[in-house]
Amino acid sequence: MNRIGRILSVNGPVVRATGLSSFAMREMVEVGELRLLGEVIRLDGNEGVLQLFEETQGLRPGEPVKGLGEPLSVTLGPGLVGAILDGIGRPLGALLEKTGAFMDRGGGLQQLEGDRNWEVFPQVRKGEIVTEGSLLATVKETPLLEHRLLLPPGMEGEILEILPQGHHDGSAVLARLRDGFGRERVLPLIQRWPVRTPRPVRQRLLPEEPLLTGQRVIDGYFPIARGGVAAIPGGFGTGKTVTQHQLAKWSDAKLVVYIGCGERGNEMTQVLEEFPALVDPATGHPLMERTILIANTSNMPVAAREASIYTGLTIAEYFRDMGYDVALMADSTSRWAEALREISGRLEEIPAEEGFPAYLPSRLAEFYERAGRVTTLGGEQGSVTLIGAVSPPGGDFTEPVTRHTKRFIRCFWALERELASARHYPAISWTASYSEYAAEVRPWFESHVDPRWGEVQTELRRILAEDEHVQQVIQLVGEDVLPDEQRLIALVASIIKTGFLQQGAFGPDSYCPPAKTFAIMELIVHFYRRAQALVAKGVPLRLVRETQEVASLYRLREIDGEKLEEFEEIRRRLESRLERIGAERLAGGRDRR
Amino acid sequence: MSLAEYRGLQAVDGPLVFVDGVRGVGYDEAVEIVGPDGRPRRGRVVLIEEDRAVVQVFAGTAALVPDGSRVRFLGRHLEMALSPSILGRTFDGLGEPRDGCGAVLGGFQSDINGRPINPMARAYPRDFIHTGLSVIDTLMTLIRGQKLPIFSSNGLPHNRLAVQIASQSRITSGDNFAVVFVGIGIRNDDAAYFIEALRDAGKGQPPVVFLNLASDPVIERLAAPRTALTAAEYLAFDLGYHVLVVMTDMTNYCEALRELAVARGEVPSRKGYPGYLYSDLASLYERAGVLRDRPGSLTQLPILTMPNDDITHPIPDLTGFITEGQIVLSREQDAQGAYPPVDIPASLSRLMKDSIGKGYTRDDHPDLAGQLFASYSRVQEIRALAGVVGEDELGATEKSYLRFGDAFERRFLSQGDQEDREIGVSLDLAWELLAILPRTELNRLPSELVRKHLPSKATK
Repeated sequence: MNRIGRILSVNGPVVRATGLSSFAMREMVEVGELRLLGEVIRLDGNEGVLQLFEETQGLRPGEPVKGLGEPLSVTLGPGLVGAILDGIGRPLGALLEKTGAFMDRGGGLQQLEGDRNWEVFPQVRKGEIVTEGSLLATVKETPLLEHRLLLPPGMEGEILEILPQGHHDGSAVLARLRDGFGRERVLPLIQRWPVRTPRPVRQRLLPEEPLLTGQRVIDGYFPIARGGVAAIPGGFGTGKTVTQHQLAKWSDAKLVVYIGCGERGNEMTQVLEEFPALVDPATGHPLMERTILIANTSNMPVAAREASIYTGLTIAEYFRDMGYDVALMADSTSRWAEALREISGRLEEIPAEEGFPAYLPSRLAEFYERAGRVTTLGGEQGSVTLIGAVSPPGGDFTEPVTRHTKRFIRCFWALERELASARHYPAISWTASYSEYAAEVRPWFESHVDPRWGEVQTELRRILAEDEHVQQVIQLVGEDVLPDEQRLIALVASIIKTGFLQQGAFGPDSYCPPAKTFAIMELIVHFYRRAQALVAKGVPLRLVRETQEVASLYRLREIDGEKLEEFEEIRRRLESRLERIGAERLAGGRDRR
Repeated sequence: MSLAEYRGLQAVDGPLVFVDGVRGVGYDEAVEIVGPDGRPRRGRVVLIEEDRAVVQVFAGTAALVPDGSRVRFLGRHLEMALSPSILGRTFDGLGEPRDGCGAVLGGFQSDINGRPINPMARAYPRDFIHTGLSVIDTLMTLIRGQKLPIFSSNGLPHNRLAVQIASQSRITSGDNFAVVFVGIGIRNDDAAYFIEALRDAGKGQPPVVFLNLASDPVIERLAAPRTALTAAEYLAFDLGYHVLVVMTDMTNYCEALRELAVARGEVPSRKGYPGYLYSDLASLYERAGVLRDRPGSLTQLPILTMPNDDITHPIPDLTGFITEGQIVLSREQDAQGAYPPVDIPASLSRLMKDSIGKGYTRDDHPDLAGQLFASYSRVQEIRALAGVVGEDELGATEKSYLRFGDAFERRFLSQGDQEDREIGVSLDLAWELLAILPRTELNRLPSELVRKHLPSKATK
């Protein structure tokens, strides 16, 4: 069918065209002689509006618009892992070879290359009956990940032919089957899926297990569950991207999808250079072997920015369907919302708040709802954990994107400018942040790490909460006039902030196993209780404070996560010092204070 | 495309003209309009609607008579002529010579919009640029290929600082270092100061200058940084120079963008700026970088003046979200006579973490920088406290912080505008100042570094 429309007008990424009566809403199109990619976003009789995923420079009225017969879709199959794709799923490596260092435009649709060779292991035999989600074959894509080729949703039937074991091109036909109506269906090895349609699952499950991140403030204070949703809001320079990178590096997910949405080019390069050199603590393999990057840098076309979020989500869901835990980082969802705003403005829609379209909240809800822990169509358990960075203008959390995001997420890691200025990283505020998963994942920590996890964590948080009041008083009258009980709170709180909550993004402390997280928390609480008992007996706090043993508590995080016995050593020394202080004090009678 | 010429303008509205009955005109195409006065004005197509083209005129539309004007669509985008002979030349915002030395000869034409760099083609910037300023080298290190803006305010010495950075920058040995200077809507005397100072800097090549003065057409400010960056990309990635681009004042650029957006009747977002201000600024700032398979680098030092000293204003705010850090100047430091008056807690270089320390500057640099930031931030808290309870009520440790803070600002932050300090000198000075504090306060520094570098109290 030859469906060709004509351009009427061009306004940035928004193009109006005529002759679109047989085009579908959200259909992908090739526009102009350069064959720029776009999609239909409005239809009105014979006319319609397109948004283009490439720069529209030089486009003229009268140039052709060709319908591609499917909505914006992404190619799914072996070859995704370790790749870097642009916002609409084109591999940037292939584009680099084709057009050089500076990106070119046009040339129509091109996605995952079918000419790469894979070793395929069939998992079904001829004559077997398969249903949607059935495992057909596997491909060892990287040492870290077995790529499972499944029967796509909505298909079932009898296998007529399956690819034999051996090396095959990506463009091969994986299987032929006869469906319930006796029709023969051909199943290519590389599949496609429309990005704006969530992939179906059998059942959604409640979160239970934490997604371990190796970050103390998260695992210890504000944990996230597998299949959970979290937001990291923060003004510029507060460390959103570094935090997202940390999560991408150390989360114990099977696969990480990292979407650089309207952010810096150098940051994507950093991931590309750094991840292959970093080793996954669980498996010892380079992290790049479990990472997929989607890059729409801030100078790339704005409509592709809007699409990049969905491209990443669809890829995450595809791997979830194989029964894997996938973590998806989107940096930053604000740029995505701004892309919506820009397109909406060009369409002359009536704006709601601050120029954002009225459908912003519903789009955000759709986005975050695609996360979750599920039973897949094939009966496996998988999850997509979604962590979105938010970049509120001026660091103001009351702006529309942050405000609406808060309605749909359950874990909020607020980055605070004051902490970042003092170089307290990660600058996650312990007062403004929260995690609704804390109670749900506590049983897991108590059975897998230590039965006292919940108790110790609660005590630590109580001390910090009390410290807020103590600090207010200190701001008014200075520390010296406070009673020792309160000064002890301030002392322990400062140990918690320096020795526990702060964590470098580089060096050995970058990843902290849960056992070490617990050991630090426990030792600090232990010290607090012992010191509290001494203070109650009238021992002046300064005797305790100015000791080498207390100073060592500030450095607990420097201890190697593999050498937890060192904590025992520190505890012993602390213990004996405190005992000595207590004994001297009681023997020495009245203090000279 | 044929270079069709059209007679008469349908309408003139602010910086925009409307031409009807056009055919075969492309979006963003370059246009030349000749009024009855015979003076050619350049423009670009900003909207094309069936047979009507909307053209933004760089020189403004004053004195344009709709009836007698002729419009030529040039069938290409806005371009700048490039050749090695642009070094030392002065151009206007559209890339036309304004130094009276004639056209650029033997060059080729290049689209001023540039094209985005494929992230896979980039190399991550890692080379430390020595600026000779203690506060910058130690605490907000500039890296080759970085975009590091100066957030300033009216009346602060950002121009002096930019000149000092440009002239003391030892980007590399040899003469393959070049400066591109873009004046966007700046005063004539500021421009003269820059050109004079950069010429005297005497390192590398004579600067390439692009000028759109305050008295020049406003809409041309939108083209100036693009033209300049096109030249800079050519110098960096074709000729292999390490280029430092100084762009001032980005606030004027953003205001020109707002003016155009309002003329086009667009839906405004914050403070009347268009919703695409972020994308538009990114299309400039993202042109900095280093490429894997080419020599040369493009480092940007944009300068902007924060309206009402407000860092949350959309211009500094969106800039900060795109650039790799910021150097914020403080009116308070300036009032106390510090130069450079850098607001340390608010300033940051995102790229420094990977490019300092062992093998780059000195092994103690990363931890030392962390400690200085932390200690200086404590100084601010204690000063606030001292303001309430009085200095006499403070404990001994707190008083030592006040002494440290004063010495740090006087000796480390401040230096002469000709003074060029080696990084080693700056780091040693930092250790000397940290010795003012009790050793137990230095909890960001690993013990072995303290043993190695901290001067003992006796020698203080």
